[in-house]
Amino acid sequence: MDFFEPAYLVFFSRWLHVLSGIMWIGLLWYFNFVQIPSMPNIPDNQKPAISKVIAPKALFWFRWAALATIITGLSTAHLNGYLVNALTLGIIDGSQKDTAIGIGMWLGIIMAYNVWMIIWPNQKIALGIVSANDDEKPLAARKAMLFSRTNTALSIPMLYAMVSAQNLY
Amino acid sequence: MNNPLESLSKTVLIGIILTIIMVLAINLIY
Repeated sequence: MDFFEPAYLVFFSRWLHVLSGIMWIGLLWYFNFVQIPSMPNIPDNQKPAISKVIAPKALFWFRWAALATIITGLSTAHLNGYLVNALTLGIIDGSQKDTAIGIGMWLGIIMAYNVWMIIWPNQKIALGIVSANDDEKPLAARKAMLFSRTNTALSIPMLYAMVSAQNLY
Repeated sequence: MNNPLESLSKTVLIGIILTIIMVLAINLIY
């Protein structure tokens, strides 16, 4: 096998995309299915274990995995030659596959925007990583939680679009 | 509890409904 042939580079880029995507969405689901629902059941004196140790570490891998997923996803689309047709939702070439992968790509891009522009800045306030008034912290935590939930909802059609483009069309 | 996104089960339901709408829309177009 020639590791520098185009087919292998496309595969390698997609493999990196799946690796980083699992880390991103895996941590997203950890926050929404495990950490957030568990917080009310944790005694107040033990909450810092989550807010000071686990959450900052999880958020580090979460946000950088989101960026890596977008970069490797765009490179996979480019190497496959469907980047423009997908981002224009298959309107140019009338391809159902490009419409499906394009919807998935835009949902992923919106989700990554939410991570970097809304969830992370608000989590920095909520977790005390940046200084803020005490009355700002609950508002920031709520905003981060609601956009994290938005991403959880969007992850379901996003993955359907991605997997169906690969397997159905 | 006014915002449905505060509930995890409603969030998943919204995701499933969005998926169904997306699939129906793609089938309608093509």
